[in-house]
Amino acid sequence: MSYYDPKDLRKFKDITQWSEALGEKFFDYYTAVFQDGALTPREKSLIALAVAHTEMCPYCIDAYTQDGLKRGITKDEMMEAVHVGAAIKSGAALVHSVMMMNKVNKLDA
Amino acid sequence: MTKIKGQSLRKQANPLAEASHQLKVLSEGLFKDGTLPLFKDRVAETLGRPLSAHKLEVLQINVGYMCNQVCDHCHVDAGPDRKEIMTKETMEQCLSVIRSTNARTLDLTGGAPEMNPNFRWFVIEARKAGIADIIVRSNLTIIRANKQYHDLPAFFKEHKIHVVSSMPHWTKEKTDKQRGSGVFNASIEALKQLNSVGYGMPNSGLTLDLVYNPSGAFLPAHQKDLETDFKSKLRSDFGIEFNQLFAITNLPISRFLDYLIASENYEEYMYELVQAYNPEAAKSVMCTNTLSVSWNGFLYDCDFNQMLALPVAGNLTHISDYDEKLMEGRIIKVSQHCYGCTAGAGSSCQGTVA
Repeated sequence: MSYYDPKDLRKFKDITQWSEALGEKFFDYYTAVFQDGALTPREKSLIALAVAHTEMCPYCIDAYTQDGLKRGITKDEMMEAVHVGAAIKSGAALVHSVMMMNKVNKLDA
Repeated sequence: MTKIKGQSLRKQANPLAEASHQLKVLSEGLFKDGTLPLFKDRVAETLGRPLSAHKLEVLQINVGYMCNQVCDHCHVDAGPDRKEIMTKETMEQCLSVIRSTNARTLDLTGGAPEMNPNFRWFVIEARKAGIADIIVRSNLTIIRANKQYHDLPAFFKEHKIHVVSSMPHWTKEKTDKQRGSGVFNASIEALKQLNSVGYGMPNSGLTLDLVYNPSGAFLPAHQKDLETDFKSKLRSDFGIEFNQLFAITNLPISRFLDYLIASENYEEYMYELVQAYNPEAAKSVMCTNTLSVSWNGFLYDCDFNQMLALPVAGNLTHISDYDEKLMEGRIIKVSQHCYGCTAGAGSSCQGTVA
């Protein structure tokens, strides 16, 4: 048995059961974030998909792949969004090599 | 069962070609063990009574199951191998009903309705009989399929037909996957032809609406959002204009049910439909003002019930016996496929309802 069960995604709303006020605040916030605003819901869906991958959240990947399909987002667009996330993730690792280089340059005469 | 491309379930002798088998699937499993509620109970809870019909407004006539396409999702299981076709005599009986009722919308569907040899005669006679809005559900490719159909845009224009056409996506890959190889390019050409005679153009009075239904085991997003994307992409990529986009949910029957089971998506899809149940949509489902007539003149609450061989309740079952007083207030026959019409913003042949 895996730690992750796809059926648990259906139970997401149940998190309010053990902390109703905070749970509802979260869902109100979540719903508001995804409303049409300066960005379209379509753009937000692609951002969510990219973040779902960088966070490596199976539930979020499941949810936002489905959301993208519902919105007519194509496979090319989805994969490009994931690459944007991956590029930032790898860039974030690589930019830290400057720290390594600084340290080497300081310690190694 | 191995899927054979280009053949109806009936031709393949697939058990799901039989309506009784589909209804059995829809009543077992999650619905039998009580995991999910039966539609009849859910809708009765919403309305405080069973779902019933109001006054007839839309007569939806299926003039035959023959089609030049074999689409993956088709709830009719239509295709070139289907020979069921409405006769002129049955059409005459439909015209009598039109003359005697207040039905002002005639919705012609199929198969490809244009393939019925009496299609044009029927349209002209229906207009004479007082129908204000004649809808033809055209698959678009029929216009390009054979030279006998090339003048359809001119015929549609002459009789001010309201054209409603399926278009599952603005890309070739997704459209051809669902509707068959070459369908996208032929559809684009047909849309350009319709635009060229005025369909979908501002102030032309010629309405061209598109129908979107998902290409797989997921529900459609908001109709308005999809319409914005379709308009933008079809305009920028092909210079195509249209009026409205109708987002329709795939109901779990026929070929789509076969796909759901074969791809192991059936349970999850039914969960999603039930979870997305919207009481407001349940109050406005299309079966409350629509009557569906089959190719051989039998009466159903909707085209989906027609395919599931669920005739209207009561003794009056054929168009030749039509009596408005007996039809109004009839209890609608329902099963779990009806969740498809009440999910999210609802779904009907005219798109969302809530």
